[in-house]
Parts: sequence; C-alpha cells; structure tokens
Amino acid sequence: MAPETSGAAAAEFPVLPVGLTGAADRTAERAAAAPAETPLDPAVLSAPEKRRLERRGKLLTGACVFVVMGAVAALIVSVAWQGLAAFLADGVDPVAFLTGAVWAPHAGEAAYGAAPMILGSLAVTALSCAFALPVSVACAIYAVEVSPSFGSRVFRPVMELLAGVPSVVFGLLGLTVVIPLVADATGTTGYGILAGAVVLAFMVFPTITSLTMDTLKAVPQSYREAALGLGLTRWQAICGAVLPAALPGILTALVMGMARAFGESLAVQMVVGNAAAVPSGLVGPAATLTSVLTMGMANEAPGTPAAHALWALALVLLVMSLVFVGIVHWIGKRAEDRHGTA
Amino acid sequence: MALLEEFNKVAAVPGVAPEAPLLADKGIARARLANVVGTRAMGVVCVTATAVIALLVGALVVQGSEKALDWGFLTGAPQQFLEGGGIGPELFNSFYLLVITMLISVPLALGAAVFLTQYAPQGRVASAAKTAIETLSSLPSVVVGLFGMTVFVIGAGWGFSILSGACALTLFNLPILVRTIQQALESVPRSQRDAALALGLTRWEATWRVLLPSATPAIVTGVILSAGRVFGEAAALIYTAGQTAPVLDFSCLDLSSPTCPWNVFRPAETLAVHIWKINSEGVVPDLAAVSAGTAAVLLASLLVFNLLARFAGKLLEKRMTSS
Repeated sequence: MAPETSGAAAAEFPVLPVGLTGAADRTAERAAAAPAETPLDPAVLSAPEKRRLERRGKLLTGACVFVVMGAVAALIVSVAWQGLAAFLADGVDPVAFLTGAVWAPHAGEAAYGAAPMILGSLAVTALSCAFALPVSVACAIYAVEVSPSFGSRVFRPVMELLAGVPSVVFGLLGLTVVIPLVADATGTTGYGILAGAVVLAFMVFPTITSLTMDTLKAVPQSYREAALGLGLTRWQAICGAVLPAALPGILTALVMGMARAFGESLAVQMVVGNAAAVPSGLVGPAATLTSVLTMGMANEAPGTPAAHALWALALVLLVMSLVFVGIVHWIGKRAEDRHGTA
Repeated sequence: MALLEEFNKVAAVPGVAPEAPLLADKGIARARLANVVGTRAMGVVCVTATAVIALLVGALVVQGSEKALDWGFLTGAPQQFLEGGGIGPELFNSFYLLVITMLISVPLALGAAVFLTQYAPQGRVASAAKTAIETLSSLPSVVVGLFGMTVFVIGAGWGFSILSGACALTLFNLPILVRTIQQALESVPRSQRDAALALGLTRWEATWRVLLPSATPAIVTGVILSAGRVFGEAAALIYTAGQTAPVLDFSCLDLSSPTCPWNVFRPAETLAVHIWKINSEGVVPDLAAVSAGTAAVLLASLLVFNLLARFAGKLLEKRMTSS
C-alpha cells in the first residue's frame, strides 16, 4: 500500500509514517536517518520508539479506565451479593421484606420489614423536592432571564458555595435551627420527616437551581427574540416560550435533586428521629433507608442475617439510584427524539 | 403553538376586534401587569433565598468563629466527657486524608480521562466507561462507604484506617474528577491537537506536551473544587477511616505506631465525621460550641478551597498563555 519512500522524502516528512499501515518498511530508513536529523531536537523519537510509546500510553491509560470500571462492577456485585443473601441464604421473603411494617432484626423472632424505611425515604425525598422546586425555578428564572448580572455576580457563587457545604453541616443546621422551629410550631420534639425534608430541601436546592439555570441558558436566544418580537411581554416570553423549551431540563434537574435527597444519609439521620416504624405523620420519629444503614451497620457482625438485611436495604438504595439515572436518560432521549437535539 | 395563541390573544385584538378596543387595552394592561408582578415576584423569591442561605451559613460561622480562632481549640485533643476539647487530630487527619486521596485519585482520573478523550473517544469501551462513571456518581455515598468497609477494611484487612478511607473517598471522587478532566481536555481547541498529531507527535506526546499544558488551569481548578467535596464528606468515611482519632505525636516517625501522624494504617476521624459523631452521641458537655467551632473551621477551609480554585486557575491561565 505504501509507495517506496526515498530517504529524502523521509527526511522531509520525518514522522509521517507513524500509525499508517505499511510504515514498517520505512522504519529502518527512518531509524538509520535519525542521527542525522535529530541533533536539533533530541526529544524527537524514532518510529519504533514512537509506536512503543503509543502502545505503552494506551495500556497505562486503559488500565486506569479498567480500574474505574472494575471498581464500579465490584461495588454493584458486592452490594447485590450481600443484599440478595438475605433472600437467598436467610430465606427472607422479598415481598414481606418490601411490604413488612416491622423492622426488628434483634427481636426473639426477627422481623425484616423495610416498608417504614422505604416510605420514610420516599416521603422526605418527595417533600424536600416539593419545597425546593418552586423556589429553585423562580430563582433560576430571575437569575437567568430577569437579572443576569445579579445571577452571575451574586447568585451563582452563592449556589456554588451552598452546593459545597458538607452534609453534616446541614445536619447541624437542622439540629440547631430547623428542629427548634418545628418543635415550637407543632409542640413535638421536632424530630421527624418534616425536619428531614426541610434540611434536604436546602441540600437539593443548589442542585436543582444550578441545573435549571444551565437549562434556561441553553434555550436559544432566538426563542426569546421571536417572542419579544411578536410583542409579548418578557413574562409572557418566559412562560410561553422559554419554560416550555426548558421543561425536559427542569425535569432532569428535579430527578437529580431527588436522587441526591434519596441517597443523602448523615444530614437526614441527624434530624429524622431514627425510629423504624411506619411514619404516622410529618412529625414524630421516623427512619429512612440511609439512616438505618448508617446507624445499624456498626452493630452487626458481617455475614449474619441482620447484616444481610441491612445490605438488602443498601441494595434497595442502589436500585433506586439506578432508577433515577434511568429516568434522567429517558427524559433526555425523549427530548432528543422530539426536538432532534440533545 | 402556545406562543401563537399567546400572540393572537395580545396582538391580534386591536385589528381583528376593533369594536372592542377597551377589551384589548384591558388585555394588554393585564399582560403588562402580569409582567411586572411576575418578574418582581421572581426577584423577591431569589433575593430572599440568597439572603436566608447567607444568613444561616453566616450565623453558623459567626457562632463558631470564637472557637475557630482559638489556637488551643485548633490544636488541642478532643474530649469526650469534659469541656474544652479541641480538634487538633481531626484537623490534621482531614488534610492528610485529603492528600492521600488525591494522590490516588488524580493520577487514576487523569489516566482514565486521557484514555477516554484521546485513545478511545467512541466505541464500546468508552460507552461502558461512561455508564460506569455515571452510575458511580449517582450512588449514595453511604453505599460507597459500606462497600469500602467490606473490601478495604475487612477484605484487605486494613482495618479502620486512612488508607481504607482514602480508597473509599477515591471512589466517591473519581466520577467528578474524570468528568472535569475530560471536559478540560476536550475544551482545548481541536486544531491544536490536530496540529500536534499532524506534526507527527504520538497521541501520548501530544497529550503531555500540548493538551495537558493548555488544559492545566481548568484541571487544577477542577481538582481543587473536588478536594472541597472530599474534605467535607463524612458518610463514606464513618465505616472506612473510622470514628476515632488517636492523639498524634508529631515527633514519632515510626510508621507502624498508631500515634505516628503519617501512619496510613491508623484510624482517622475527620472534621466532618467529628461533627456527626459528637452530635449523635451527645455526651460532650459543650456540644453546641464544639460543633459550631468545628463547622466554622470546615466551612472556612472550604471557602479557602473555593477561592484557591478560582485564583489558581486564573493565575495558571495567565502564566501559561503569556509565556
């Protein structure tokens, strides 16, 4: 395939052969000519050296990718293995596990009903996002559509800072600010789903807001210009043109927020009250999947049925987070099918 | 369609329905009123939310500032049943754990990002890796922590240790790090990469000599920002790095001694874990003061990370583009 290459041509295009088929026959010439060509730059490599370097680089970086993928696979298999052991080895009925209302791994007759935790997790997630979403969308609209200077100078940095606040600090704020407020308002201890949801609302707020702002920014300027050019007011342009176009992105932001809320552990655990019973109301001690995992794993010896039951909770958590990823993909794909753009 | 209807409602009325100009004016007036009320309302919500957040976080920092500025608190040993405990070991542990985590995760993420952008940007491996990374980033950190406990603490026999914690944090940190480095590499103009390859550089050389230098500012910014996330993480650590902080003896260089600060096989409670633990146990007499002080130190460190990320990114950019 490669034509015969003269020495002169090889000198003119000294490194062209790399990566081309049929380069091997040129390699010898290239290597022979190398000392004459390279004194200007000692770093220039001969073709075989280059090929070796390329192979080594590919191997090295490929190994990194392999390690990352292996770790993820190991993580999923490990959680699934130990979680499924509760059903396969210890004979816990999966349906009873998901619907049972009593969680008592250490009672005389151990009961593994995860419904209280699953309901608790769903409740704090739904409530926190219900609190955060309207505020998030309003803030994003103001910061992107109405006052971009305030948005980029003040609001965006504040969101970035808030997103970086560690979850234990939110938990601490929950203990010192939210719990007393809820306790005063309801005449209870304050611990419970409501407090957890308020704390989580603060945590998912920056997530939903930042993603919504990105989505709004991605709406083509021509939409706004067309709407304003038709004589609409800015508010009508936002409601009639920008928001509908941004809807898939806002839904994605919401689901990402829900995923964060569902998987958050310490902040919720600090304020939720930690009583594994079916929640009877918004106040009063409750539990979530993450809070039971956080509290329980220290007390169980690995390999016991009680530990397996906890791993089954972790499996539920894992499956739910995969479901959230799936929903995000589905929304993205649907939007793409509809508009022909990502 | 909604747009068209909207348009008809507002604009078509004066011409089409001249017999009812009053109605048309009312419609326009209503639209104008909605415009003012709507945008103002958004503004009120946005400014209020910003103020509430700033107030809450600010109040916590102010509340803890007295402790956080006290040298004895910053260097002292924690107390369980007495007042006046410090956070010396926790402060050191947080930074040491962060450094070890970064030593593991940055090269790994860099390698993975280079492979995914330079060697195999498309194809089955890339899409599998993308899915894996996305999955990892969506996993709750408590699950990552429990996996770390199974594999590193029990499986590898490292016990509750800095190394176990750093490995768990690496898993927690990798997705965001790979993504930022990938974005940084992809944001280098394609022409630069093409030119390097056309000059006969191998991909490896092009990456190291052309792409990485010009992507460095963005990579450094991303690494520092991810460091902030790692610094505040607790859920992945309580079952990997442990919840105890042995008193450290900085004159001890015996790497197997539990009091040696540099020993990676000793348990190491961090600042974030400390806040969680003392509040869960609730036995420390001056709990509120110690919690607020620790939180203030944590937040101040994060602020420094944030400012450093901006500053370092800008500085590097200036230096690397002017030379």
